[in-house]
Amino acid sequence: MRYVKTAMLSALLGATALTATPGFAKDLRIALQSDADVLDPDQSRTFVGRIVYASMCDKLVDITPELEIIPQLATAWETSADGTQITMQLREGVVFHDGTPFNAEAVAANIERSQTLDESRRKSELKSITSTEVTGEYEIVLNLAGPDATLIAQLADRAGMMVSPTAAAAAGADFGLNPVCSGAFKFEERVAQDKIVLTKFEDYWNADAIHFDSVTFLPIPDTTVRLANLQSGDIDMLERLAATDIAQAEGDDGLVVDSAVSFGYQGITFNINNGEKGDNPWGNDKRLRQALSYAIDRNALNQVVFEGAYAPGNQSFPPNSPWYNTSLPVEGQDLEKAKALLTEAGYPDGIDLEVQVPNSTEPLAVMQVVQAMAAQAGINIQLTSKEFATLLADQSAGDYTASQIGWSGRVDPDGNNHQFVTTGGGINDSHFSHPDMDEMMNKARVLPSSDDRKALYDDAMVMMLDELPRLFLYHVTWIWAYNDNLKGFVAYPDGMIRLENVTWEE
Amino acid sequence: MIPFLVRRVLIAVPTIILISIFVFALQKLLPGDPLLVLAGEERDPEVLEFLREKYRLNDPIPVQYLAWVGNALQGDLGISLRSNQPVTELMAEKLPVTIQLAVMSILFALMIGIPAGILSAVKKGTITDYVANIVALSGLSIPNFWLGIMLILLVSVKWQLLPASGYVPLSEDFWQSIRTMLMPAFVLGTGLAATLMRHTRSSMLGVLSADYVRTARAKGLSERTVILKHSFRNALTPIVTITALLFGELIAGAVLTEQIFTIPGFGKLVVDAVFNRDYAVVQGIVLVTAVGFIFMNLIADMMYFVLNPRLREQ
Repeated sequence: MRYVKTAMLSALLGATALTATPGFAKDLRIALQSDADVLDPDQSRTFVGRIVYASMCDKLVDITPELEIIPQLATAWETSADGTQITMQLREGVVFHDGTPFNAEAVAANIERSQTLDESRRKSELKSITSTEVTGEYEIVLNLAGPDATLIAQLADRAGMMVSPTAAAAAGADFGLNPVCSGAFKFEERVAQDKIVLTKFEDYWNADAIHFDSVTFLPIPDTTVRLANLQSGDIDMLERLAATDIAQAEGDDGLVVDSAVSFGYQGITFNINNGEKGDNPWGNDKRLRQALSYAIDRNALNQVVFEGAYAPGNQSFPPNSPWYNTSLPVEGQDLEKAKALLTEAGYPDGIDLEVQVPNSTEPLAVMQVVQAMAAQAGINIQLTSKEFATLLADQSAGDYTASQIGWSGRVDPDGNNHQFVTTGGGINDSHFSHPDMDEMMNKARVLPSSDDRKALYDDAMVMMLDELPRLFLYHVTWIWAYNDNLKGFVAYPDGMIRLENVTWEE
Repeated sequence: MIPFLVRRVLIAVPTIILISIFVFALQKLLPGDPLLVLAGEERDPEVLEFLREKYRLNDPIPVQYLAWVGNALQGDLGISLRSNQPVTELMAEKLPVTIQLAVMSILFALMIGIPAGILSAVKKGTITDYVANIVALSGLSIPNFWLGIMLILLVSVKWQLLPASGYVPLSEDFWQSIRTMLMPAFVLGTGLAATLMRHTRSSMLGVLSADYVRTARAKGLSERTVILKHSFRNALTPIVTITALLFGELIAGAVLTEQIFTIPGFGKLVVDAVFNRDYAVVQGIVLVTAVGFIFMNLIADMMYFVLNPRLREQ
């Protein structure tokens, strides 16, 4: 008996020794904060889903960390003088994971699928394309309803991901159960809430830049546990390290911490005119909203809740974005001004404000700090914490006064603004409406020159910060932590993990 | 025994129907629109309407329920709104995980709870009794998520003895599977052990003061025989009941423990499904859990017959 026990123990310890030292030419293990949704680029909606696609599905174009658009499957593109035609040259010698060749026909089929599949969430992103013309094996012309400056940037995300037309036609809406793309890794298996396994695609057009045999994505929701897994060597990399854990991760010799400010935002959306509840002092008088904005010390908020790791912000773009209006910098707290505005609006003794907030740790902590700061100016905030699905439904239906909500951000500036502030915009839950704003936003999305667009967004930002249908608070910073054997990782503001030229060196 | 069991099974049918109606109705009472979450950040109205039609969310609720029952009777529990995977497939993936965790946890609970219970009953009022009580009470009071994280930090990060989290199927690598499950099963087991220990103790105390125990001692039987053979066996009935119930609870999933150790069992699945208003998934899990619970009760009933000869004769 004793002998058996000893044998079992040594077997256990032996197995431990094997797992503790990661082997070479390895399976890269990456922990995600949550499980991805359906793995079909046309149907998917989650951020973590996009992280999986970054290794599995190539797009027509990609971005640089500075948000410039660069070739991926499209090697060059040209917009006609009147802006209604884009001619794209495509990469030759690319095949999908099922062997289907990638060519202009495939691109046409993909655009058609994104536009016509009933379940497609990409319709609005590709709305401006009226038709496609295959003008050569590797050349395609996109005909547009009118000039659209935002389109190319849309093709740098899910709308530009190319799936195998053969596989898509065969699987229809069930494509996500067995996705077939043309990226560096191909889909191997998925166990819901456990793992998504991708293996190296030998015929990848850029195979020389790929140095892993497989990638496994593991959803590990608890941040402490994600970090513990990294420290114990069970995983090689994690995304979204909690800001409060940075010090601990940096203190560990074997780990590297990397970060990039996202191009999304977090803030408070006000109900200006959405149903009956829009008719309230906060919806009717912009001076109250301005008062709240002056009452908030955004730097202190960032220090207190996120230990300074995030980016304080006051616009829909983070301060490091090329689209940020530098003439409107993040200001400190100004209680005098806040109180003066309240008095001017007719509330010298202060006023109440009910804010709905998602019932998770970060938003609650943020709003508690905002609540304390607002109280100094005489604004008495009541927080109503709601589970996210409920919060969203109430916000969309206009059953709220103010709502703590954010936006994951888009590469093109249009994506962070147009639908939120134009009359009838799909996600304009404020129901904010102003003809000047509509004009600026509609014009900015069609102008070809970035400088002209920037000038319009600068003007629009002045108006947005005066009207404050959305009050901006901060921008999330994507924080990754990884084993220091992992070399060559580049942090991108879109939060994706790109494995080109990333290596493992023991 | 057979007619008794048949009666039990027949009673189970209306119970399951009632449970499914109840859960269906409760889900519909939840505020929040599943499709606003599903439609993605842009919430395209066209897509919203299509999805509502596709998942029959525009139908009256009783119609939706009957449609679900109709499909369920044919073995089709619908598909997950979130991942498009068939619910039956999702559950087939999770059930072995959940059962493995439940079995290992119960084993831990029994190994700790029963000896501790017997010991503290036999040594009632002594220091042993107090120590056993304190240990049991701590097992019950220490939150699972805290104990879990502490164990990960100590055993996995510091000593690097066991994997920090995750799951390996038994069929893939038997030992690795057991090793990955050890910590979560221990964490769950300690909590349950406390309950078991308390029940064992009180049940044993009742038996130990019975006349036949005094008689057994008077006959000069060894203390070991008196306690294990004469007393413990008679004290077993309530222990079996409580074990079966605890096991049934484990089948429903251990949300926090699963979350901490990232075990892809029922608990995590059902919580995510409720948050995403993934109706079909919630409904499917509740159904399976209810059946599991009723089954465990049946097992407990059968155990009574095995343990108690008087029942067999009736």
